[in-house]
Amino acid sequence: MSRVGLIRLLVVAGFIAALELLCRTGAISPRVLLAPSDMAVRLGKLLASGKANADIAETLGNVAISLLLSVAGGFTIGALVHGFPRLRAAIDPFLASYYALPFFAFYPLFIVLFGLGRGAIVAIGFLFGVVAMIIATLNGFDRIPRVLLRTAAVHHMSPAATALLIKLPSAVPYLFTGVKLAIAYCFIGVIAAEFIMASSGLGYAISYAFNNFDNGTMYALMLFVIVLVTIVNALFYGYERRLLRRWGR
Amino acid sequence: MRRVLDTALLMLAGLAIWQALHWAAPFVLTSPAGTADRAWQMLSSASFWPHAAETARAFAWALLLAVTGGLALGFSLGLNRTSAEVAEPILVSVYSLPKVTLYPLILLVFGLGVPAKIAFGTLHGIVPIAIFAMNAVRNVAAVHFKTARVMRLSRRQTLLSIVIPGAMPEIVSGLRIGFSLTLLGVLIGEMFASQRGLGYLIMNAIGLHDVPTIMATILLLAIVAVSASALLLWLDRRLHHRVA
Repeated sequence: MSRVGLIRLLVVAGFIAALELLCRTGAISPRVLLAPSDMAVRLGKLLASGKANADIAETLGNVAISLLLSVAGGFTIGALVHGFPRLRAAIDPFLASYYALPFFAFYPLFIVLFGLGRGAIVAIGFLFGVVAMIIATLNGFDRIPRVLLRTAAVHHMSPAATALLIKLPSAVPYLFTGVKLAIAYCFIGVIAAEFIMASSGLGYAISYAFNNFDNGTMYALMLFVIVLVTIVNALFYGYERRLLRRWGR
Repeated sequence: MRRVLDTALLMLAGLAIWQALHWAAPFVLTSPAGTADRAWQMLSSASFWPHAAETARAFAWALLLAVTGGLALGFSLGLNRTSAEVAEPILVSVYSLPKVTLYPLILLVFGLGVPAKIAFGTLHGIVPIAIFAMNAVRNVAAVHFKTARVMRLSRRQTLLSIVIPGAMPEIVSGLRIGFSLTLLGVLIGEMFASQRGLGYLIMNAIGLHDVPTIMATILLLAIVAVSASALLLWLDRRLHHRVA
């Protein structure tokens, strides 16, 4: 493990240990927060009992579908919009303020459109993820050094070759940022939609436990979500690093 | 001038699509005229303003905390290569955490009321601002730092004349995202457990299937959010232009 990775591990471990200590000594009341070890034990039991499996599978499926749609859709839309500078300039203020809209409020509309079930939830996840990908794609295409494009023009490269050999490699770090954000937003959108109004899924299970004062289950599921998202992020982060290193950045 | 015209054209196209959708499903979606009408009714009724003021107050506090906290965190982490590398995946993980799941915890700590909304809004906004600020400081060209050393600038001078101007465009981009997410956080907070504020109005209207009120509230929020964003974007453009 690298030195940085080791420090990171120590920082996180220190944080968890501090939390454990505060909970065990009673500085944080068990009614507010369970000790991390306690959460882990409860999560282990919950997973072993298999009661949460259906909710977990459903949420992961929803996230996967909405992520796929957001990344593919966001890249396509971003690339298209970038080709029309006037449209792009007009659309920018709307993209930038997009995330301030509480579009969970449109959930009733989606239920009418897609029916009860995963359609409406995937739609919310997609709405959350797609704009992050659009913004990242636009950003990436913006940051292509002009001198590279001129070089391509001087060498009479075809538009396809320019796109493949010049534009894509320059934009890739930004596209990665977009995918990373889209993963985050799809998780947020899906779980929040389930949290507000759904009858299954992880978000629903957490809110159900909260409403029934079942702190044990609630914190076990919260821990599960946190660990899951962290692992997904870590995998992606490592992959990105390897790829960037191979390209000599 | 042309940009204003383009934006107006885009809005007209949006309105046309909205109207078409309304004709396709009249009970799901109120027409643009109907929504504007309801929004005007709300604006001129006395019962609306306490809700708007409540949301505005919670949002102002949350934004203040998110911006100061995020910038302080981002700058202190970004100035050191190791600390930035250690922190980045942690921050990104925290960022991508569905913070809704933490809402029960916030309620248990802060209780019902304004502090919980402020905390929830800050929680949403602080991390993206920190990430943007940190990466902005990291991306200040090494040659600028070298120049600063050669010219024997003090730490404070380096910060004021090299780091902050160099990082400014990204910082403003971060503020734009932080602004939006903080507002979203405050509104989600109001949607779950609150008796006041615009989020409560929306949730209440969802319960009553009062589509015109839902859409009018969203329209008013959208107008505020888009205007503020457009202002920040204008600033962003000027700064990027100056640096480039």
